[in-house]
Amino acid sequence: MTTLNELTLADARDGLKAKDFSAGELTKAHLAAMEKARGLNAYVLETPERALTMANVADTKIAAGEARPLEGIPLGIKDLFCTHGVATTAGSKILEGFQPHYESAVTHNLWRDGAVMLGKLNLDEFAMGSSNETSAYGDTVSPWRRNGSDTKLVPGGSSGGSAAAVAAHLCLGATATDTGGSIRQPAAFTGTVGIKPTYGRCSRWGTVAYASSLDQAGPIARTVRDCAILLGSMAGADSRDTTCADLPVPDFEAAVTRGVKGLTIGIPKEYRVDGMSAEIQALWDRGAEMLKDAGATVREISLPHTPYALPAYYIVAPAEASSNLARYDGVRYGLRVPGKDIAGMYENTRAAGFGREVKRRIMIGTYVLSAGYYDAYYVRAQKIRTLIKRDFEEAYASGIDAILTPATPSAAFGLGEKGSGDPVEMYLQDVFTITVNMAGLPGLSVPAGLDAQGLPLGLQLIGRPFDEETLFAAAQVIETAAGRTKLPAAWWA
Amino acid sequence: MSVDATTVRRIAHLARIAVSEDEVAPLQGELNAILAFVEQLGSVDVTGIEPMTSVAPMAMKKRTDTVTEGGHASDIVFNAPETEDNYFLVPKVVE
Repeated sequence: MTTLNELTLADARDGLKAKDFSAGELTKAHLAAMEKARGLNAYVLETPERALTMANVADTKIAAGEARPLEGIPLGIKDLFCTHGVATTAGSKILEGFQPHYESAVTHNLWRDGAVMLGKLNLDEFAMGSSNETSAYGDTVSPWRRNGSDTKLVPGGSSGGSAAAVAAHLCLGATATDTGGSIRQPAAFTGTVGIKPTYGRCSRWGTVAYASSLDQAGPIARTVRDCAILLGSMAGADSRDTTCADLPVPDFEAAVTRGVKGLTIGIPKEYRVDGMSAEIQALWDRGAEMLKDAGATVREISLPHTPYALPAYYIVAPAEASSNLARYDGVRYGLRVPGKDIAGMYENTRAAGFGREVKRRIMIGTYVLSAGYYDAYYVRAQKIRTLIKRDFEEAYASGIDAILTPATPSAAFGLGEKGSGDPVEMYLQDVFTITVNMAGLPGLSVPAGLDAQGLPLGLQLIGRPFDEETLFAAAQVIETAAGRTKLPAAWWA
Repeated sequence: MSVDATTVRRIAHLARIAVSEDEVAPLQGELNAILAFVEQLGSVDVTGIEPMTSVAPMAMKKRTDTVTEGGHASDIVFNAPETEDNYFLVPKVVE
């Protein structure tokens, strides 16, 4: 029998509407599952009292026939979204004890629509990482294991807590953010669906900033439809974020069943990288076949500047991070460590508060923005970004509706396996996802099969600006053809 | 380009991050690995290419110059490590 927390978000919504169960019961099922799954370390903070209060309100609304779009739906919130009166850490020691007196635009929209907050989800510190191993609050463990192995695997990152919680049925869906792949890579690693919408689709107001020209919020959920439902509530215009688009939010859920008949899907040849595993290549081919079988035309395209996206990102993102993270100075919030003078206080605070990866990126950013290097590094990287975006514009102008690529170069790896000596080894995780952030486009990761060791693999769909609808339509075709991934037995409970 | 130990200390100071002597060598290695990785950008022809300033083609939003919010001093200082009468307290800067 399916327990309440194993329902899809859409089924839970329908069940609540039909009064098959109450929002209180649905929330309690999740709180019980969360308690048993603490070993996964997906939540950095559980908020059961708030959850039950919100569920109570939801039940009153449902009884009165006033249910809102997400009435009574329990969600996990990546701990990068500021939540009023609830500690927000960004996975960093430097924000320990920080209690925002405001609510992020994205979470505000979810509560406006009746959703229930279960707690705050673990992440890489300041969203910098691809394995959730840079969090100051410990690693998140993936609910997935290789066949016949009990090696602990990473859930991906930076939205590792979000992906693990969704996959392990510890929420019906979760908020996440994506600066270089932080929604799509963990979704691919955990057999879940994640979408990074077009830059400007969701307001960044009240979300802790990493690299402002690349950061974008989006949902992770267990089905394409659930993702579409969540994005519909998260997105929307906001005058407080000058980069947030003044566009109406389409009916994303309606787009899910639209199909791909008549669409042209591009297969970028530059994504066939050296050393790509035969399994990933086969998955990619199968994905193309699924779309073809559903009536799409598949055509090879060229995005020639693809190889430069990752190195250009590691100039642009650290540069923006070094500016954004200058605010953690021991004066306004979070940690303060005394020093011999004010500069000493800044330096000691930041030395004690930031982890290694964050320090590395701030220092790279400081270097590339420093006198004498600005043109050689930063300006050049921004020019290359123009070229990357132009590649996509030319593909779309030639009649391509969406682009299909692998989501990650491999399935999930073990804790501690990557990046301990050379940080670049970890950065390569985002080789397929990072171009999308550099060009501001929407990108979605959908599970498409399992590898030989029984671990999920994902495919990525890339769309035109503000055309998330086509991505939902194409992803549903893949989800239907590939079948939804089934999680292994709950070994953690 | 690569950085030497002196440059690592200078960057750390510019970034206002205290770095102990035994952290310098590992940081130098890590920063140089990243700089070696981004070196390949030098081979791209960027003649006549405008640097990206906005990823989406949109005009900057403007609003009338009026007070829209205020009166939140106690909210603003709520999380500060040290405050007095809604002011942030810092170590003495001017003698």
